[in-house]
Amino acid sequence: MNGKIKFGMVITFVVAALVLVAYSGTGESASYFKTIPEVEKMTDTEKSRKLRVGGLVEAGSIKRSGSRVDFVLVDGEKKMKISYSENEPLPDTFKDGSQALIDGRMGDGVFHATKIAAKCASKYEAKPGQNYKGNGSVYVKQS
Amino acid sequence: MENIGALAIMLAFCLAIYSVVASLAGAWKKKPFLIASGERAVVAVWALIMLATGILLYALVTSDFRYAYVAAHSNRDMPWYYKLSSWWGGQEGSLLLWNFVLIWYGFVVVLQNKKRHRAMMPYVVATLMATQVFFLTLNVFPASPFEMLAQGRNIIEVQDGNGLNPLLQYWTMLIHPPILYLGYVGFVVPFAFALGSLITRQPGDQWIFTTRRWAIVTWIFQSTGVLLGAGWAYAVLGWGGYWGWDPVENVSFLPWLTSTAFLHSVMMQEKKGMMKVWNMVLVAGTFFLCIFGTFMTRSGIVASVHAFASSNIGNYFLVFLTLGVALTIYLILGRLDYLKSESELESVVSRESSFLFNNLILLASCFAILWGTLFPVISEAVTGEKVSVDAPWFNRVNIPIGLFLLFLTGVGPLLAWRRASAEGLRRNFQWPFIGMLVLMAGLFAWGIHHVYALMTFGLCLFVTMTIAQEFYKGAAAIGTKESMNLVRGMVELTHRNTRRYGGYLVHMGIVIMFIGFAGAAFNKDSTVEAEQGKAFQLGRYDLKVTSVNSGKTDNYVWQNAVVEVRVGGELITTRQPERRIYSQSQQPVGAVSIYRQWNEDLYINFAALSSEAQKPIIQTYIFPLVSWIWVGYWVLLFGSLVCLVPSKVKLSYARTEVVGIAGKHEKVAK
Repeated sequence: MNGKIKFGMVITFVVAALVLVAYSGTGESASYFKTIPEVEKMTDTEKSRKLRVGGLVEAGSIKRSGSRVDFVLVDGEKKMKISYSENEPLPDTFKDGSQALIDGRMGDGVFHATKIAAKCASKYEAKPGQNYKGNGSVYVKQS
Repeated sequence: MENIGALAIMLAFCLAIYSVVASLAGAWKKKPFLIASGERAVVAVWALIMLATGILLYALVTSDFRYAYVAAHSNRDMPWYYKLSSWWGGQEGSLLLWNFVLIWYGFVVVLQNKKRHRAMMPYVVATLMATQVFFLTLNVFPASPFEMLAQGRNIIEVQDGNGLNPLLQYWTMLIHPPILYLGYVGFVVPFAFALGSLITRQPGDQWIFTTRRWAIVTWIFQSTGVLLGAGWAYAVLGWGGYWGWDPVENVSFLPWLTSTAFLHSVMMQEKKGMMKVWNMVLVAGTFFLCIFGTFMTRSGIVASVHAFASSNIGNYFLVFLTLGVALTIYLILGRLDYLKSESELESVVSRESSFLFNNLILLASCFAILWGTLFPVISEAVTGEKVSVDAPWFNRVNIPIGLFLLFLTGVGPLLAWRRASAEGLRRNFQWPFIGMLVLMAGLFAWGIHHVYALMTFGLCLFVTMTIAQEFYKGAAAIGTKESMNLVRGMVELTHRNTRRYGGYLVHMGIVIMFIGFAGAAFNKDSTVEAEQGKAFQLGRYDLKVTSVNSGKTDNYVWQNAVVEVRVGGELITTRQPERRIYSQSQQPVGAVSIYRQWNEDLYINFAALSSEAQKPIIQTYIFPLVSWIWVGYWVLLFGSLVCLVPSKVKLSYARTEVVGIAGKHEKVAK
């Protein structure tokens, strides 16, 4: 057999195997970006998928007991109860008022989080239109 | 002063444009004085950027809060070194760092090549300076570090700044960003030489020889930068991991993959005159991925735990990337005849094909990671629904790729050029293969049933044995001939062909790292609300919280839990994981305590006090073999430095020697 054809076959095989692995994994690890109002309107089958919701952590709502952390996520008017009991540490930026992106699934009216990413709305660089309300002398650039 | 800084940046911007125009016009009209003035403009731009940087640093150290940048990223009570590192704590400053590093590279290239590469140099300078113009545009227009706060008239003077993000107040963060930048910005040099040789249709592979060293140096910086980032994530970010497949991590890893591919495939061009187009694509690809990485971290296009600015400079990057890629493609397509391969692939089992597979695999990994990172953007464009893939997906795809790569690391360097014989295969691989099987069987019997971990350990031994065999054979031959002992023989052997044996050492470093990665299969963790004085258990450790203390420093207030760790009743260490709240930013930060050992790390995080009982919540993890990753890095660094030492014996890579007589190419291949 011609060398080039052999190479072509080996390469095709390797690439096809990888594509297969990647494709077959996508279904189970995909999470859908939804807002809290969107989640509320979902049907039960849609709710059973992995979701990623975003919002602000309601101030004073964080309750820790044992390995469990419960809190409330707010998006405008709508609120959602979240429960997290994984062993992975929460990011330092997760605190009252921070912006959070939460991966998990709905169950019994509570969103069971598997992963929480957070950034402090007031830290790093403020987004346009946001300002830091700390003590009077502190300035945050509004770029 | 601030006006001088702003003016310096603006002048640098104008001169950089002049440099591009003068170099190109000089090359086109064949006017040496124009070319020379283009190069001198580089020196002037260098001086101006140094001046501007000096002014910003001075303002940072003296806490001059009239500067918006200083007020936003520094505060009075920080130690001076963190004040300095606020330079790259925000967008404007880190873009200035880009400019700073880039112009240093340009400066060095101009000084180094006063006599060499005269035909190529105008295009090299033009490429470097065009990139500089782009980054200066950002610093002059949308992101000026010299913006001042209006003061007087009802506006209160700023007493103290916001402070540097506490997560960045850690020693690795002092060096991680500059080193990563040195690595990424550095690839502009190989890229500039590649473009220069394309445009001038340089005969031969001159640019390859010039840029190989540059490529190795920048590769070292890239590897160091990525590893420092991992070390920071592990020790400071407190995810309990060193790698989380976060978009920002991913984009920093992509150019590393392509530049690694380039360092391998460039050997094919040097020795056999093959893969020329491919090498051009890899150099350009790496460069554009570096720019792309900056774009991703700066534009906020994909949500990331590293919360960077979501800013308006994304479009600038898109324009630059589009123009750059289009120009490169146009140049490569226009010069395909000049890039023609000088020999052909002959056999699937040969050195050539192992290089080919190495590249295929690295690129596949690169593509998969890029795909996964951009999946939210792609899925939104295609289905209208934003979907992301998580860390398990990345692992699922990349672990098999990694294992295959590990296998190639062992096999590739030992295969003969052109066509490997069955006899040669048996001779080279018999013992390593047997060793691998024995180890895997032994580990299986010992109770390790995790398939990927078993394969990793087996392959690691396989590769180690092939490398040891290479060193031993070579050293023994030298030893008999020159009557040296084995150790001196090895040093001599390495010195004679530093690139080859340095390369083996780099491979060894990678093997050691893989052992560390495989440890992740055996992680253990627990989270408990700890009763004071009552022990809890994880693995072989008994842990007990004896007290909770608190206190205050200039920069933050802290609270810690004192944890006694016992094994078999014997106290081995007392750890104090801590929580801090930085006074200026009110940002809480956990300071995990890591008890590092060669076989496993005990990692303790003080998460918080529980809301009702006010008892410390302690998260404990056992991370087996993590230290091996850092050890592997040092071996990798040592190996790559060896590669940079000139070989004692000047090996001739004349192509006829390799392609020619069978007996001769045997000698090279062994």
